[in-house]
Amino acid sequence: MIEPALRVEGVRKSYGQVEVLKGIDMQVKPGEVACLVGPSGSGKSTFLRCINHLEKINSGRLYVHGELVGYQEKKGRLYELSDREVCRKRAEIGMVFQNFNLFQHMSVLENIIEAPTRVLKISKEEAVIHARELLELVGLSGREDSLPKQLSGGQQQRVAITRALAMRPKLMLFDEPTSALDPELVGEVLTAMQDLASSGMTMIVVTHEMGFARKVADTVAFMDAGLIVESGPPDKILDSPQHERTKSFFSKVL
Amino acid sequence: MDSKKEQGPISTTPANSEATILNAVPIRHYGRWIATAFLLLVAMVMVKSLITNPRFRWGIVGDYIISAPILGGLRLTLILTVVAQLLGILIGIILAIMRLSSNRVLARAAWIYIWFFRGTPLLVQLIFWYNISALYPEIAIGIPFGPTFWQGNANDVITPFAVAILGLALNEGAYMAEIVRGGIVGIDRGQGESAKALGMTHMQTLRRVILPQAVKVIIPPTGNQTILMLKTTSLVSVLALADLLYTAQTIYARTFETMPLLMVVSLWYLGITSVLTFGQFFLERHFTEGKQHRISFTQRIAGMVPMRKSSSQLTEAGKVNHND
Repeated sequence: MIEPALRVEGVRKSYGQVEVLKGIDMQVKPGEVACLVGPSGSGKSTFLRCINHLEKINSGRLYVHGELVGYQEKKGRLYELSDREVCRKRAEIGMVFQNFNLFQHMSVLENIIEAPTRVLKISKEEAVIHARELLELVGLSGREDSLPKQLSGGQQQRVAITRALAMRPKLMLFDEPTSALDPELVGEVLTAMQDLASSGMTMIVVTHEMGFARKVADTVAFMDAGLIVESGPPDKILDSPQHERTKSFFSKVL
Repeated sequence: MDSKKEQGPISTTPANSEATILNAVPIRHYGRWIATAFLLLVAMVMVKSLITNPRFRWGIVGDYIISAPILGGLRLTLILTVVAQLLGILIGIILAIMRLSSNRVLARAAWIYIWFFRGTPLLVQLIFWYNISALYPEIAIGIPFGPTFWQGNANDVITPFAVAILGLALNEGAYMAEIVRGGIVGIDRGQGESAKALGMTHMQTLRRVILPQAVKVIIPPTGNQTILMLKTTSLVSVLALADLLYTAQTIYARTFETMPLLMVVSLWYLGITSVLTFGQFFLERHFTEGKQHRISFTQRIAGMVPMRKSSSQLTEAGKVNHND
């Protein structure tokens, strides 16, 4: 059996008294696209942020490519990883945020080559060549020297995707990548993501774009109140959901 | 040209500029006129007094302004300003990072430092350091409860100059800490998160992403602090350290030319402050992106343009640029 790209067992997460994740179980195979859908506040984004250890989980186990995230298990005990070790693992997981979060003081090119040169210690020349190739793929050749604020939201998000890809990640996380965009700019970002999916990238996408989920996802997981209520192939979940909660949600959004 | 007939007085077509001029009577700002007249009068009285009052003794001011003792004092004042301010900035950055640490002991220690140094007058702190040998006559460097590498008399180590630097820098650090912290806290959380998500370490994130952006916010108040520091160094005259003010004091204590010498001192402080203001302007401009928005120093002094372009204006400009 191939090791899944993501294996999640009974993950729980609380902020003080409030439990936002109440035991998540999930598996994503390499090359698969999984979409997390559900109402706001259901814990989708928090769960996504646990996958690259931006949030610490309180219990359960979370493995990316068979390796425990944020911890090391020795003789049945968990040891927290050092900043450096966490960073090494994060470098293998790309993440795209709702608000793009491009470094405002750096040009497009500088944004993209920053982590490859500083974290992976790739030479600047090599990083620039790779960055230009990736920019061409998302249709942003010639924008290398622009500052983020000179770009439209859709262009910024495509740069953010490029920046994540420049690290040659094995897994990509998308946290509502089109929610902050003007409606007419959503399409260009979804197209870039679809291209990425068809290139075989493993992707976990938190989204409200049901059309994208239907077309691109291998699995759709519906989350509510800190739990995955049901998951399965998009047709099944979107068209004939089993649970009441799923039915009522999709009756409103579809 | 028959366009004149068609165009009313408020036509928006600027085809014929004469036709578009409005012949409205402007509002009469009587209050402003009175205030202006009053200020002009006051200015005239002051200038006349400066010129005609012989007790200013401008000749003596001229004799002293570039005399060797005054220039020596000025030199010390400048050294104190630069060294204390640089050390203060360094201490401030360290304290700010400590205060933002998730380690409570570090955060609380920085808080206590700032609380103490902002809570007591600098003059008291200076006198305190000056008399530190009353508390600790011997100073030693070594490992606590372990071996001592070096030991000496406190009065030999802590010279008035060292006291001045120590006192000014430690105090300045507390103020700079708050300025730096404000700059760091003002950066969008997403910036640090995306850096971490890319695998950058805590220090890399701080050094490459957070601090460069915080600098823009930190520069203007730091300029103010430096100007303040220049004038605050005059407090070291209580340590009998021959800075600009103390040098003047020793001269007029002998010659009783108090006013002319205070004029000399004030002119020097004003001059250096002006130079610093000038430098601050260029530093700020350097750290403002969007070169097309740059304004000249004279425009700024004349108050013709706001100090900073609002972000919306910048975005607008960006969009125009992008559509090109």
